[in-house]
Amino acid sequence: MNDSEIVRILASMILQATPLMIAVTGETITERSGIVNLSLDGSMLMAAMTGFVVGLKTDSVWLGFLAAAAVGALFALIVAFGSIRLRQSQVAIGFVLTLLGDDLSAFLGQNYTRIPGPVIKRMGIPVLEEIPFVGPIFFDQDITVYLTYLLVALTWFFLFKTQAGLKVRAVGERPEAAFARGVNVDYVRYLYAIIGGALVGISGAVYSFNVKLGWSEGHTRGFGWIALAIVIFGGWSPIRGALGAILFGATKALATYLQRAFPQVSVVAFNAIPWVLMIAVLLMVSSNITERLVIYMPRRIQRPVRRLLRVGPPMALGISFGDD
Amino acid sequence: MNLRGWIARAWPAVPILAALLFTTILLVMFGASPIESLEAMIRGAFGDQSKTLSVIAFWIPLLLSSTGLLVTFTAGLWNIGIEGQIVMGAIAASWVALNLEAPSFILIALEIIAAMAAGGLWAGLTAVLKTRGRVHEIFGGLALNNIAIIFTNYLISGPWQPPEGGTFRGTQPFQAAALLPRYANSRFSPLSLVLLVIAFAMVVVALRGTFWGLKLKALGKNLRSAFLLGVSSEREVILAMLFCGALAGMGGAVRVLSWFDSLRQSISGGIGFLALLVVMLASYRILWVPLIAFFFSVVLNGSITLQLRTQLHSSLGGILTGVMVLFVLLFGDANKLRIFGKKKSHE
Repeated sequence: MNDSEIVRILASMILQATPLMIAVTGETITERSGIVNLSLDGSMLMAAMTGFVVGLKTDSVWLGFLAAAAVGALFALIVAFGSIRLRQSQVAIGFVLTLLGDDLSAFLGQNYTRIPGPVIKRMGIPVLEEIPFVGPIFFDQDITVYLTYLLVALTWFFLFKTQAGLKVRAVGERPEAAFARGVNVDYVRYLYAIIGGALVGISGAVYSFNVKLGWSEGHTRGFGWIALAIVIFGGWSPIRGALGAILFGATKALATYLQRAFPQVSVVAFNAIPWVLMIAVLLMVSSNITERLVIYMPRRIQRPVRRLLRVGPPMALGISFGDD
Repeated sequence: MNLRGWIARAWPAVPILAALLFTTILLVMFGASPIESLEAMIRGAFGDQSKTLSVIAFWIPLLLSSTGLLVTFTAGLWNIGIEGQIVMGAIAASWVALNLEAPSFILIALEIIAAMAAGGLWAGLTAVLKTRGRVHEIFGGLALNNIAIIFTNYLISGPWQPPEGGTFRGTQPFQAAALLPRYANSRFSPLSLVLLVIAFAMVVVALRGTFWGLKLKALGKNLRSAFLLGVSSEREVILAMLFCGALAGMGGAVRVLSWFDSLRQSISGGIGFLALLVVMLASYRILWVPLIAFFFSVVLNGSITLQLRTQLHSSLGGILTGVMVLFVLLFGDANKLRIFGKKKSHE
């Protein structure tokens, strides 16, 4: 493996991670407000299909993204409406929508499978792409990748450094307290469920236009679940979530390389890597395995390591809030 | 009875009709005649004896899985991993069928036992990941689903590929002695129906008439009351999952030994997820479960014929069932909808 090959693998890792980063950021915002949108796998499929078809018909990827965002927002709205207004289980509605999105996208997109459509062209950022090693990996991509960097950073800033972000987190942690301070809990939850859902929709279209071009049945199947797991692994923080997405992007990019390097190993074996990794990372952040290992570390670094590894969900996640 | 009473009584039909309307609109959008499509679906399900028997043969593993899910849902568990438990059951039964030689009835017994053990093991893994690793059963189960499916693909493209070469489609057909005896050249095996009846009766009795059933209910309803009852949540979670996994594994065995005659790529055919929908639609009314499962089986089998006749994608059946469950979840309870204005809340 020479240098240019490493660069190629790492650049492909960033590209693979991009839609995951967008979906993880979206779901992180939604869950921070206290709502679990479990429908990711289905809404991403529906959005990928809708985005592709609209992009193809109008010959504009941007209209495609807009349509995909609308689909994602609609799915999120159904989950939010069902849980806030109707007091139904978010998990149940989300799961049904997952299956429904899968079937609906297969049906509605049946005449658009495996045909070429619009794509987003690569566009290096002048100067930055000249930086040795780092440049070609991070700054010789397409515009959605750059916008995603910006999205992750801005979302982090919004959630942790602004008044409005504090409100979102308050609604997700202690809705009663937020309510007492005059925050309209239901409104905040609707709003950020929809914004998060729109981002999930956009992530689906990023697959159709940039990462896995075109549309086919089950085009993005599985990625929604991976994104949901990364939100947990990321400890409901956009930046850690983005790092988690890059980790999963790395497995995808690495699998392509390993397949070439070890042709005697069955191709299908590499497909299992993300799922094994999913269990592993969830075990790492949730179980007390890490806690047991931390004890053996030097006392000085125990606390920072613990802070780094342990995560907890927003306290009111998935719990409906009664205002009447 | 006043108008309001009548509306409340007829209300459950509304989401069902809305789901039918939604599917009809889709059909019209794609230029298919709804009446002809309905006819094609009904003919696909009941057109002749073999089709009707296919509906029953599909219904059996679906109901076996739904029956298992009744136990896990009662315990408050989201056993999304059931799909993988079916697949592992199918793999274990296939291993016995491909590798052992014995008189038919011993072979079949071994296949069923192996399938139940494998399904239970896979479910137990999810349960232990939950109780010991604090990984939610949705994520543990989902990851294990995919690993089981990938394992199937590995087997049929690798070690178990037919002698004429791997096709990615399936293994070679099993020896005749390994297959469940089937009725009149159909896919329906009466023996699987017997197993199903036993399993279903056991679950009904267990949930309604035993202390274990009560413990599971306590666990599902409220962890604190379960604690007060002295229920060890870890033990009951693992037991409930093992039970469900064993039934799902049996369903997987029925899939390979009577629906097919070999291990195939998509061996479960989505019946695990479909079973989750069945139980959600029934919302704990046990005796509705067989009826709903049968209806779903009719829809799914009918939509395959629909695809042959109209070239429309067979996912239409999945859409109808999914939309139906979604609408019932959302609008099934007229009180929660507050269509009669805001009433005093009990929450």
